[in-house]
Amino acid sequence: MKVLMTEYLRIDLDTENWECRVCDHVVGSARGNYKEGLLVYNRDPADIHPSIIDPEKYRFTFCPDREWVNIYEFYCPSCGTQVEVEYTFPNHMPLYDMEVDLDALKEQWSHREEITEPVKGPNVLVDRCHTHKH
Amino acid sequence: MNNETTNPALEDQELIEKFLKETTLFLGPDPEIMRHHNIEPRTADEEKCMGQFTDLNQIASIRDRLQSACEEGFEMVEQMGAAPGAKWGDIITGIYSASGDLTIGSAGGVLIFSALVHHPIKFIIKNWVEEKTVGVNEGDGFIHNDSRYGNVHNTDQSMIIPVFHEGKLVCWVASTVHEGECGAIEPGGMPSMAETSFDEGLKMSPFKIVEGYQIKKDLLTFLQNSVREPKLQYEDIKVKLFACMRLEKRIKEVLATDGPDALTACLRYTNESVVTEVRRRISEWPDMTVRTQTIMDSTLRENALLKINLAVTKKGDRLIFDFTGTSPELTNRAINTQLPGMKGMVGQAFMNHIWPDLPRGQAGLSPIEFVTQQGTLVDCSYSAPNSQSLMSIFHSFTVAQHATAKFLYSCPDKYTRVLAPWHNMINTFIWGGVNQHGETLGNLCADLNGMGGGARMDRDGEHALSPIFATMADIGEQEMNEEEVPFLQLVSKKMTTNTQAPGKYRGGMGYTMISSTKDSDQWGFMTTTQGSKVPTIQGLFGGYAGGTYPMCRVSGVDVYDILLKEPERFKHSIAEIMNEQPFEGARYHTQHMGLGFDISKRGELYMISQGSGGGYGDPLERDPTYVIMDIEEGLITPDVAKKLYKVEFNEETLVVDMAATEKLRADYRETRKKQGVPYAEFVKSHVKDTPPENIPFYGSWNNELDYVYAGNINDKRDAKNPGPIYVTHPKDVRISELEDELARVREAAGLPPSNERK
Repeated sequence: MKVLMTEYLRIDLDTENWECRVCDHVVGSARGNYKEGLLVYNRDPADIHPSIIDPEKYRFTFCPDREWVNIYEFYCPSCGTQVEVEYTFPNHMPLYDMEVDLDALKEQWSHREEITEPVKGPNVLVDRCHTHKH
Repeated sequence: MNNETTNPALEDQELIEKFLKETTLFLGPDPEIMRHHNIEPRTADEEKCMGQFTDLNQIASIRDRLQSACEEGFEMVEQMGAAPGAKWGDIITGIYSASGDLTIGSAGGVLIFSALVHHPIKFIIKNWVEEKTVGVNEGDGFIHNDSRYGNVHNTDQSMIIPVFHEGKLVCWVASTVHEGECGAIEPGGMPSMAETSFDEGLKMSPFKIVEGYQIKKDLLTFLQNSVREPKLQYEDIKVKLFACMRLEKRIKEVLATDGPDALTACLRYTNESVVTEVRRRISEWPDMTVRTQTIMDSTLRENALLKINLAVTKKGDRLIFDFTGTSPELTNRAINTQLPGMKGMVGQAFMNHIWPDLPRGQAGLSPIEFVTQQGTLVDCSYSAPNSQSLMSIFHSFTVAQHATAKFLYSCPDKYTRVLAPWHNMINTFIWGGVNQHGETLGNLCADLNGMGGGARMDRDGEHALSPIFATMADIGEQEMNEEEVPFLQLVSKKMTTNTQAPGKYRGGMGYTMISSTKDSDQWGFMTTTQGSKVPTIQGLFGGYAGGTYPMCRVSGVDVYDILLKEPERFKHSIAEIMNEQPFEGARYHTQHMGLGFDISKRGELYMISQGSGGGYGDPLERDPTYVIMDIEEGLITPDVAKKLYKVEFNEETLVVDMAATEKLRADYRETRKKQGVPYAEFVKSHVKDTPPENIPFYGSWNNELDYVYAGNINDKRDAKNPGPIYVTHPKDVRISELEDELARVREAAGLPPSNERK
């Protein structure tokens, strides 16, 4: 059985591995940090958050200060999907963000049916809300 | 015979406790009350009532009537309140059990109050019920604002009244409003200049200001005399009192039909059933630890890097929020929060975005556990200023929202969509001075209620939707504001192009505000947000955060003259005004968003933007149709869209070339595989053992949680007892820099130092 853990990662309870949901690549042991099986890139903030006022003229430009923040991008090494992004302090250790108790996960899902498409949850029902349509 | 009364040791203990209680010199902030967020244990009376009333239909019927009463009280305050915060929903009305637990709160408004307005009631129960100089009687009303006794910050004021039935106290009702002005060192109630708690204005521990349903004029006058808006102070005390009296009336209707014991049973059932349901829902989450952090880039006085660190552990039906590693408190900066503020904001995250279907009350947060170190930004001492606690609590909200999303994704049962973090800063103008009618005012623009929504797992975030601390709040009517304040928002409600948080689904964006004083020589602005150098939120699952949002200004211009004589020279975006510099002789400059209260001149421009909620998912998966829609709506320019989303289209017709887009994206995935390096190699080459040397850093570094840095890599302290940190006044820092520069210049010129005498 496989459990959908994030938009791009799942855990195979039988093989005890993290897997990429896009290309099925085995990322690493589900008893460990999935990031260790990914590629990392330190993104220049200006690539994502461009200055909207002239950086030659102004100190603050709507672009983050690259001396003050790092943006780590984590890619699947097989398909290049961007699995995770982490805004962090300059030269800070990436976070071990999801430390799963795999045995507990197995026990929990032993009572559940496998889910292959993510459950979205309830929607906001427009027709039950106040409207101005007549 | 009762053993307790014959035990000499116990008798001594009781005598000692009685003596201490009667001789306490000062009933200050009480850790016994303030450190606990749980509902009180079931009382004997509640036990008896629950035994008598077991019909859940009757319980539900009473609860619905009480909920309606809360909504009615909410409407009254919103319609009659004078404070901008009241008009636009920064309020709550609620019903509390006899023990002081908030059981039913109004559905709209500031939900954080649900988790921290009970503290002052518990203070009243503990100290004033039996105090012969005070007492608690029918018709009494107690006022409160000091955040060290409950609430978020001193700008929030509560009116609390007990409800009696035939002489017996059966419950409490309260109304809380973000009033704004509270007599602090800066107008508007949230001074970032406060360096001690005594710079923060009114410090109302809970006290009786109403007797026999009448406001005591002597105390009212004292309060009015302590703030910049005496009429507002009076009007809103009345409004809150009348809302409470309406709630009391509705409760008495329930007492008449169902009796006091049914009411007591209903309140207790409600709280206990919510606790049970919360534990059940927690059990559905996967057992794991999720770690996240956010970055504060400012104390609101100067730029600095401060960490909010969170590890959330779920095991069985336990959920533990551990903030170990968070920055120590700053002894003379206002961004610290009292512990309940942080807890309340985590509760807000649950009520807004995780379990919005549960009743708005204290019970939802009750089963959740917290680990903090006293003397940190999220659990500050009683002596630390906290008038800008919003900074710490907003980051607490974001880390909670970011972490919980990673628990929720796998759950088969969800109560809302998984979503990326909301924008978390109040990018708005706080204002004050003498208005065009000669009245002294101090408050803020309700644009703070327009934070960009986070992207959801299946759709984009919504623009300028709502603040993280309130649902169903409004941003107000600008034309109404302008009748009362002497400035215009020359540009408003226009989205700030190219400031979105990219992702498969992008975050909801914020709008530009360009304000300028017109009809007063005694008027000024301040802004109190972080995020001018570093984004304040995170994206989710491969999506990015929003960008950074500084203050832009044009000084030395009267734009109203220009609008009269040459209106075509006025531009309607920050980018055009700052880049084209259309007003000759004016000074164009930028700064971080911790603008201390600044007296403005007619026609000068103060320009800011609300922020974007976080993006969700890999931007390469974004539907090209949505990219084009954003271009058509002016949210993003074609060049930036191509760069971020790798979409190929005709810039004139905006027709997408799907095949070329697919190829562009496939090529870029290959680029990623080349530019990315294996994790271990990245850690070895990039990660450092200490924080940056040239930037003041506060908090833990990497995985070392036993120590925290205190602004300098040579100042490393025990995380459990970090001690005081005094930050130098920015003007003293600047004077020192200029003196050093002067000394160097004099030395280079062969001149003696300017003053050799010490």
